[in-house]
Amino acid sequence: MFYELYLVYQFIIKFFKEVFLPPYEGKEIMRQCYQVGYRSLALISLTGFITGIVFTKQSRPSLAEFGATSWLPSLVGIALLRTLAPLLTALISAGKVGSSIGAELGSMKVTEQIDAMEVSATNPFKFLVVSRVLATTITIPILTFYTALVGLLGSFVNVAMFEETSFSGFISSSLESITFLDIIASTIKAILFGFTIGMVGCYQGFNSSKGTEGVGKAANSSVVIGMFLVFIEEVLATQITFLFRT
Amino acid sequence: MQKNNRIEHPEERERVITIRDLNKSFGDYHVLKGVNLDLYDRENLVVLGKSGTGKSVLIKIISGLLKQDSGTVEVLGKEISLLNERDLQELRIHIGFSFQNSALYDSMTVRENLEFPLVRNRKKLTKKEKDYAVESVLDAVSLGQTINQMPSELSGGQRKRIGIARTLILQPKIMLYDEPTAGLDPITCLEINGLINEVQERYHTSSIIITHDLTCAKQTGDRITMLLDGQFNKVGTFEEVFNTEDERVKSFYEYNFIE
Repeated sequence: MFYELYLVYQFIIKFFKEVFLPPYEGKEIMRQCYQVGYRSLALISLTGFITGIVFTKQSRPSLAEFGATSWLPSLVGIALLRTLAPLLTALISAGKVGSSIGAELGSMKVTEQIDAMEVSATNPFKFLVVSRVLATTITIPILTFYTALVGLLGSFVNVAMFEETSFSGFISSSLESITFLDIIASTIKAILFGFTIGMVGCYQGFNSSKGTEGVGKAANSSVVIGMFLVFIEEVLATQITFLFRT
Repeated sequence: MQKNNRIEHPEERERVITIRDLNKSFGDYHVLKGVNLDLYDRENLVVLGKSGTGKSVLIKIISGLLKQDSGTVEVLGKEISLLNERDLQELRIHIGFSFQNSALYDSMTVRENLEFPLVRNRKKLTKKEKDYAVESVLDAVSLGQTINQMPSELSGGQRKRIGIARTLILQPKIMLYDEPTAGLDPITCLEINGLINEVQERYHTSSIIITHDLTCAKQTGDRITMLLDGQFNKVGTFEEVFNTEDERVKSFYEYNFIE
């Protein structure tokens, strides 16, 4: 257990050493960013939209009891930006992207493709790990704000079914209660989630063994550990943000 | 069928790999027990042995993929275990490693597989020069028509050839072949054996060929040796190695050799 933690620590330290040293794999990072975004976009759009609709529909009766349905856009905006969008995006990415990274690197490991890269005088850690971790760290925050936007769109659709409202009016009401701290906290959280998902997927894949069984295990562990860590980080981030708010 | 143009007395040539007292263990299993070996310039040295005797471990140590427990491995005058990451990468440019399962990058086409080492190690090359290098190694392995195919679309023999082509693109001085004929039909095995000899002649490489295929050993080796219980027995010609009373060598010959 402690030895495994030490290996994880070494893996993270190696990432921070390699990330600043040339050569920089810019093309591969861009390719991975596209892959991460492309792999998750459809599912994130659908989930974000449905979450917007459902959350609005579920919140309306409670607010209506106090005659406060006008607060609905603000409530949805805050809930989406502070928690729902970062968490949903991270969980979907852990499932789609994390497992894919774990399986891809795992199969490369067991078929000696990583060794082949090393003996052809290429640093496989830099090419495979650094590029993928950077890609998830960059892309998941962008996807988070996209999810929040799509969620607001879903919410608007639900609101428009019951009340007469304009899209611009709805959006401005939604954003009214959002503070600079909310945006910063969500961005930092999404960056952390992205880094965690990429790191877990890469670590599991890069260190997989025992043939095809190991590949399956790497993909599975990438999702389970990734999601678990995302929840832990969410709890910690909420506590820290709360301290800043008070 | 014996190798044509077999090199006589390679010992008179310059040493490119020198291994002394090499030891390697995995847990309690002592795989290599004080191994000594020399590879001379432009020779093909075949290392025979049963599965699990440490043949692949040996070439993985030579290429720096594994670290030895003790002993020295000098490649082109440089002691592998003393090199830092950067110097090791520079040395690896001169070492080609053909993997048992080819280890082609699944997500890349044949062209991209071949260009991969080139793009990273010959940055100043123009596109025209890169195309020429890719085409000439594909020509060397007679697989020009596969340039835009994915590895999954290739046969086992074609994958082996492309794997060899990928190592040749950096024009290495040393080639390490890990079981080059494993899993191939007899006709394709003969083609691969021929290719190994062609590579030696065309690119003037010194090679270590790891195999348990005696036909491959006979057709490609200038010198042959056998790894038995973690140590090499005699190093010499095919006849010299197998003209022995050692039961372990005799049984290996009797059960494996197909003339």
